[in-house]
Formats: sequence, structure tokens, C-alpha cells
Amino acid sequence: MENSKDLQPLRSSTWKLKWVFGFILLVALCIPLLDQPYYTKLVARIAVFAIAAVSLDLLVGFCGRVSLGHAAFFGIGVYTVGILGQFGVNHMAWVIATALLAAGLIGCFVGAISLRSSGLYFIFITLAFSQMIFFVAQGLRMFGGDDGFRLPMATVWIEGVDLSQPRVLAYTMVSILLGLLYIAHRLMGSNFGRVILASRDNARKVNSLGLRPYPYQLSLFTISACMCALGGVGFANLNEYVSPASISWVQSGEFLFMVILGSAGTLLGPVLGAATFVCLEQVLSAWTEYWMFYLGIILMLRVLFLKTGLLGLMTKGSD
Amino acid sequence: MDLSLGLLVEQVFNGLQLGMILFLMAVGVTLTFGVMNLINLAHGSILMVGAFLIAFAASKVQSFVLAILLAMVMVFVLSWIVEKLLVHHLYAKTHLDQVLATFGLSIVLNDGVIMIWGREPLYVNLPSWLEGPVQLTPDFNYPLYRLAITGVAVVAGLMLWFLLTQTRLGMQIRAGAEKREMIGALGVNINFLFTAVFAMSAILAALGGMMLGPMLSVQSGMGDPLLILSLAVVVIGGIGSLKGALYAALMVGLVDTLGRMLWPHVFGALVGNIISNASIYILMAIVIAIKPNGLLGRRI
Repeated sequence: MENSKDLQPLRSSTWKLKWVFGFILLVALCIPLLDQPYYTKLVARIAVFAIAAVSLDLLVGFCGRVSLGHAAFFGIGVYTVGILGQFGVNHMAWVIATALLAAGLIGCFVGAISLRSSGLYFIFITLAFSQMIFFVAQGLRMFGGDDGFRLPMATVWIEGVDLSQPRVLAYTMVSILLGLLYIAHRLMGSNFGRVILASRDNARKVNSLGLRPYPYQLSLFTISACMCALGGVGFANLNEYVSPASISWVQSGEFLFMVILGSAGTLLGPVLGAATFVCLEQVLSAWTEYWMFYLGIILMLRVLFLKTGLLGLMTKGSD
Repeated sequence: MDLSLGLLVEQVFNGLQLGMILFLMAVGVTLTFGVMNLINLAHGSILMVGAFLIAFAASKVQSFVLAILLAMVMVFVLSWIVEKLLVHHLYAKTHLDQVLATFGLSIVLNDGVIMIWGREPLYVNLPSWLEGPVQLTPDFNYPLYRLAITGVAVVAGLMLWFLLTQTRLGMQIRAGAEKREMIGALGVNINFLFTAVFAMSAILAALGGMMLGPMLSVQSGMGDPLLILSLAVVVIGGIGSLKGALYAALMVGLVDTLGRMLWPHVFGALVGNIISNASIYILMAIVIAIKPNGLLGRRI
């Protein structure tokens, strides 16, 4: 596989990493207690993007397929919250169940076609599918069309505890992120994950062992789509707004950036990447209105000079 | 809306014209991939830069033709610099790295034009000799400028065909697209060839932008939808295939333009609009599902 030389083996056991992430988690859990809505929302934002980045990493890092259309599933989560809200349904259980179902079905369909191809074609066809979903969202006139619409009601856990409260939102998203990280970690350590990794590195060998990679990869694609939709559910509640912009190809590119900035194929790398991305975005946009310009330059520098991502930078000393 | 013959002919013209502009874009995408193994997501932004430069040049000099030449030279210099500074280092990298770096380049260019020219869209005034309609048949008028665009695109296509099939450079480019390692081993200056192909692709994309400039409002991000359309063209035609890019571009242009007219009639306004917006991607998904390497592509 063309991009496997870029990838690091799973190295989450390094003690340095454990401390760093323990510390980050502690900070993330403490910030909402400070009663500073801005920083609490920042934690929620990081968690939301980290969920999307981790789900994309399952494809990019573990499956070896670069998707440039993952924002589609993110958008499905966003629109699920919005559309259900318009019909007066806003209980967490219903929202999550619907988002998972919708993303699962569409993910399975998109994956079934896309996974027939690989390499560049896979990049383009995932992009094409996300554009298709983008245009569907843009064409839904009764749901705001191109402009989108304000979220009619926030998602509620129980009466009085809903995701419009920054603290609830932050803790919910961090818990979902931790849950997904655990699931992804177990999944990749299992026989299922071994087949996925083996097919990434040498599909022919896997075939000759009598295994067809396709069903495994399709399952992984579907799981990844469902995970990403959960991020979208948080994103809609965070912005209190639903718009097709969350499905745009720029959004997909940003997800990919988070994964690569951290380091693909590591699970923790994308979390670090998402956190760095959100912090960069906040710092740069406070400093200049042209923050995308500088973000682009950072992106190019990352590719040219930082070969193994931030996680690689951190683990360098402890090998 | 009435589905008259005149309207149909006009839409076919519009479709072919969109197809030709997409072809100019797609040639760049497919050549840079075929020759340099590079996937360039900044191609749409280069089209946008072309449109901005023509707007800038047209505001400085009187003659429209001179403005186009001036903008061409600026695009050439810019693309040469970008190739030397960034793109040159990407040829040996993975597709993932290329996607990211050129995505970065794309947002740099998109925000760069805002830094220079502001957020307000620019407009390019047509020279008077290109204004007004032209009568093609007694009861069918067509805007002269749109006809001129088609003409320029066809001429550009012919020049490209001449360059690729009748000159030494073109022979080397085609050989490079066929077998990259071999042509280096035969002593061709690969570095020069790659820079030339990149600059040529950039000029073709910018030419597309210059022709679109007077029809659309010139603003940041205007090239992105065209980039994605041209990626669809390249995938449908088969990555690396020039002939495939031509057929697919005309097909996409017609499907898109005629679909916008037809689908709302068949399915009603709402569903019809959604389908016509997504029709290219549906076409692409069908092609990939049947022929994973595109219509005329080879396995990569």
C-alpha cells in the first residue's frame, strides 16, 4: 500500500505518552469546572473534532484508504440533530440512535462502492459522495437550503440537563470520545483489527490465506461513519446551527489535516492533532482575519518537514 | 419553461462550453498525475488566481488582449515559483502528503487573494467588440462572448494536441506519462520537464479562469467547485488519460447543463434540483462501480 511507509505501528504504551495524555485528559476534565463558558466550549470543540479525526484515522491509518469525504458523515450527525429538532424530537437516545442508523446505512452504501477502488480513486470517489450529500443538504429548501437554519432545540439527556449547557456538552463529548477511543483500541487489537492491518500491508497475502478483506473493510468503513456522525451531533449542539458548510470538502480536508498533524494510525495522534488544530484556529483567528492563510502554510510545512507528525515528535526520545 | 428546440440547442452549446473549460482544467489534473504522479488540489485555486489576474490586468491596461497576455505571464511566473518552492518536493511523497500540501496551497491562495483584493467580488468588463449577441440562425441568437470562449477553448485544445503529438517536448511528456522511470534513464531533463508540465497545467487552468472571469463574479473560492468537477471528469475518463479527459469533460458538461433543464421537469422543482446538482457525482459513482479505473484508464 502506497502510504503505509508513512505510518507508525501502534505505540500507545510509551510511558511518556501515557503521562502526556493523562495530563491532557485531566486538564480537559477540570476546565469545565472553572465556569468559563469560552474555555468549556473549547474543550467540547476539541472533543467533537477529535471524534471525527479518530474515526477518519480508522480509515486512513489502519485501513490505508485516504478518504476526502468524511465530512459527509459528520454532516449526517449535524442534520440529524437539526431535522429531528424541527419535528420536536430532541432526546439524546433518539438523536444518537437515528444518527447511528442514518450514518450506518449511508456509510455502508458509500463504502460498498468506494472500497471497490483504492489509492487515488478512493480519494476522489469519497470526495464525490460527500459532494453528493452536500448538494442534497443544500437542496433541502425546507431545511434552510444553502443558508442552513438555527438549531430549534438542544439535545437533552434528562429534563433540565441539555447540551446547550457548555459544561454538559463538554463532558458528554469527552465521554463519547473516550468511549470511542476504547472501542477503536479494542477493535484494532482484535482479530478483526489484525485482518484490517494485514490487508493494508499486503492484501494479496491475506487473500491467499483464504480471507476476503472486503467485508472487514466495509464493516470498518461503516463503523467509522457512525463514529463520525456522533461528532456531528456534538457539533450541531456546539454551534446551535445546522448548515451544509459542515459537509463541505474543506471540512473533510481539515479532518484529514488533524489526523496527519497528529500522526495517522495511532488513535491518540488524531486527538492531539484535533486539539492542536482547534487551538491554532483560535489563536490565529484572534490574531488575524486571514487565519486560513497561515493554517495553509502550517499544513505545507507539516508535509515538507515533519515526517511523523506531532506524536512522532513526542515519542522520538523514548524509542 | 418551455422545452423548445432553440432552448435545447442553446443548452447544448452551453454544455459543450462548460465541457471545454472543464477539459482545460482536467488536462492539467490528469497530466500532472500521469507525468509527475502528483495529485494537485490547488488546481481550482490556480483557476481563481487566473480570474483575479485578468481582473487586475484589465483594470490597468486598456486592451483586453494585452491584459490576457499580461495575466498569462504572471501566472507563468507564479506557477514556476510555486513549483520550485513547494510542488517539486512533493513528487516523491505519498498521495496523502500531496493531498494535504496542495490542499494547504489551495487555502493559502484562496485567502491570499482576499488579503490582496479584499472580500468584495471583482467584475471584469467585456471589451465592446465581444459584447452583444450573434445571430447563428434566423431565430437563434447566442451571446458572442460565450461563443468566443468556446472558440478559445477549442484553439487551446488544438494547440495542446499539437504540442503533445507534434513536438519533441510533447513526445517526452507523453513518454513520461507512460513510463516515468524510463524517460529519466534515457537522459531527458526530468526537472525541467516536470516544471514545464506544471506551468503548462497552471496556464491552462488560469486560461479557464480568465474566460470565466467576465461571466462570473471573481471571488475567493470560485475555482473550488470547478476543481471538484474536473476531478470527477478525470476519474470518469480514467486518471492519466488525455483522451478520456476530453470525452468525460464533454459528457460531464452536457449531463450537467442538460440535467439542470431536464430533471426539474421530470421530478419537480425540489427533487429535480437536488438530482441535477448531484448528477455528475451520480454519473461518476456509476462509472466507478462498473469500471473502477475509469472509462479509458489503466490500472494504477
